[in-house]
Amino acid sequence: MAVQPASTEIVSRTSAVINELKGLEGPLLPILHGIQDEFGYVPGESLPVIAEALNISNAEVHGVVTFYHDYRNHPAGRHVLKICRAEACQAMGGDSIAARVQQLLGVGFHETTADGSVTLEPIYCLGLCACAPAAMLDGEVIGRLDEEKLEEIAAEVRS
Amino acid sequence: MTVTIYIPCDSGALALGAGKVATAVSQEIAARGLDAKIVRNGSRGAYFLEPMVEIETASGRVAYGPVSVKDVPSLFDAGLISGGQHRLSLGNPAEIPFFARQTRLTFARCGITDPLSLDDYKAHGGLKGLQKAVASAPAEIVKTVTDSGLRGRGGAGFPTGIKWKTVMEAVSDRKYILCNADEGDSGTFADRMIMEGDPFVLIEGMTIAGIATGATKGFVYIRSEYPHAVATMTHAVEIARRNGVLGVSVLGSPNAFDIEIRTGAGAYVCGEETSLMNSLEGKRGVVRAKPPLPAIQGLFGKPTVINNVISLASVPVIMDRGAEFYKDFGIGRSRGTIPIQIAGNVKHGGLFEAAFGLTLGEIVDDIGGGTATGRPVKAVQVGGPLGAYFPRKLFDTPFDYEAFAAKDGLVGHAGIVVFDDTADMLKQARFAMEFCAIESCGKCTPCRIGSTRGVETLDRIAAGIEPEKQLALVTDLCNTMKFGSLCALGGFTPYPVMSSINHFPDDFRQAAVAVAAE
Repeated sequence: MAVQPASTEIVSRTSAVINELKGLEGPLLPILHGIQDEFGYVPGESLPVIAEALNISNAEVHGVVTFYHDYRNHPAGRHVLKICRAEACQAMGGDSIAARVQQLLGVGFHETTADGSVTLEPIYCLGLCACAPAAMLDGEVIGRLDEEKLEEIAAEVRS
Repeated sequence: MTVTIYIPCDSGALALGAGKVATAVSQEIAARGLDAKIVRNGSRGAYFLEPMVEIETASGRVAYGPVSVKDVPSLFDAGLISGGQHRLSLGNPAEIPFFARQTRLTFARCGITDPLSLDDYKAHGGLKGLQKAVASAPAEIVKTVTDSGLRGRGGAGFPTGIKWKTVMEAVSDRKYILCNADEGDSGTFADRMIMEGDPFVLIEGMTIAGIATGATKGFVYIRSEYPHAVATMTHAVEIARRNGVLGVSVLGSPNAFDIEIRTGAGAYVCGEETSLMNSLEGKRGVVRAKPPLPAIQGLFGKPTVINNVISLASVPVIMDRGAEFYKDFGIGRSRGTIPIQIAGNVKHGGLFEAAFGLTLGEIVDDIGGGTATGRPVKAVQVGGPLGAYFPRKLFDTPFDYEAFAAKDGLVGHAGIVVFDDTADMLKQARFAMEFCAIESCGKCTPCRIGSTRGVETLDRIAAGIEPEKQLALVTDLCNTMKFGSLCALGGFTPYPVMSSINHFPDDFRQAAVAVAAE
């Protein structure tokens, strides 16, 4: 598991991200993306820093962070595996793929394996609907998932 | 002369191994000391042939596919770079039936050109529409778009020209062109393909919209699930700026226009236009009540054209060839072409651009070739998670906004998801409610609470608890959601639910019977 940075360090790194992006029109989402890229998650300590810089309330920042599925409040595993759970993938056996991947990794959706190697997440459509079932591993797209490919993925993330 | 080998960088092709194929091809070129270069094009959209590799020969393009890494050495042995015959030979790609039957207007270049070469774009007819636009009065541009009959391709089908006219006539110090690239509907990938395969056409369309309405700033809001599209669009905007397509003087004219790329954060509801605007402003992606219309008070309270990617990407060809040319395609009030996305359990999945009017049966059986599993087609969902499930008996429905509405369905963003006879429609109906519950923004009660109650009620049917009573309850609930929700998420979730109940009643009764028999 990644070592979490000390809070003073979080504040200074958060400020650096904010300074780079706060000139944009509607800067909050770009700033949150920037912070998640920086830390791998959006630390609670970052929120008051953002609120102060943008002159909005802590509650508003909290409201936005919690609205969107993408922002995490704690670090993910070393790998992030997203399995598409939407209709086109369902039509190609997506449910059994979802069941099998949970079995192979020993975790449910929204969970991280005990060794911190992988976080499993559902995703609703990767736009790979003509090569379903689809997944994304650390930003790399994978189509026509089957038992064999799932086993390869499981072995890769565990190594 | 250096031979050009095309290997797609479209994420659908990458998901099927195009990246590894490109690496293998480049290694073979080096090992054999050949005079060849690789261009990473977009995808033409036949995903059953991807990764599709093409060679530019003296007599035109020659295609091979689907190519896997292990085929690469034998392809070179067969004389790949001179278009030699191989087990995977597909001949001239334009003559492959899947492509030959299409009418490519919006996707004319997609899969053919290098997405990030402005020279290639121009050589294939790009920027002609914009050149006409900079020489035209705004009202003329708006009239051309209105006369073309173009309607919003995001799903609502609202006439694009009318939206533009409202913004053109609005008086404001600042106006925006907002491109909705939050393509969250399962079964759709046209926006992704055009952004990855021909990004300049979207930039050109948005710039024309800016000139027509007096807007000087554009945003493309792309969903975070599309990192490749974000990267390509970002790069394309930089190239367009460097070459004077964007900036203070568009193509040397007095018009200023610039574009910024923004990334969403995983909320499906942000595909709804008012929610998208809130999101871009840095707020929760909660739906706004209308009026005021976005065209009057949109992004940051300013007049805003908000259009889907395909609507905007269709504008350059309309400006270039004229309203009459575009309007000539299609049927009834659905004019022009529509990129149909054939997906799910289908043999020939991919993007098929055609004039409106093909029947659903032609699309699924003839073009799609039936199911991938070889089993009978049971249902097709048209228009994403909020679209109706159509049974085979409605396969004579022509692809047309009004014809689909008349059958209690919707064309939506023109995605078609095919299911074989193993599909359980009770489960699909439950998923529609569950998805609505997960993605609801929470502002209005019918959507927020109704979706959760819907899941519970359908679960009771599955458990065999008073099924007739539950069905009446779901029907009543769907009625409330349809007419009481603020936006299409809660308002359209009844489409997949009610179409499942109406067209596949056995799936709802059998569950109860099976439980009773235990």
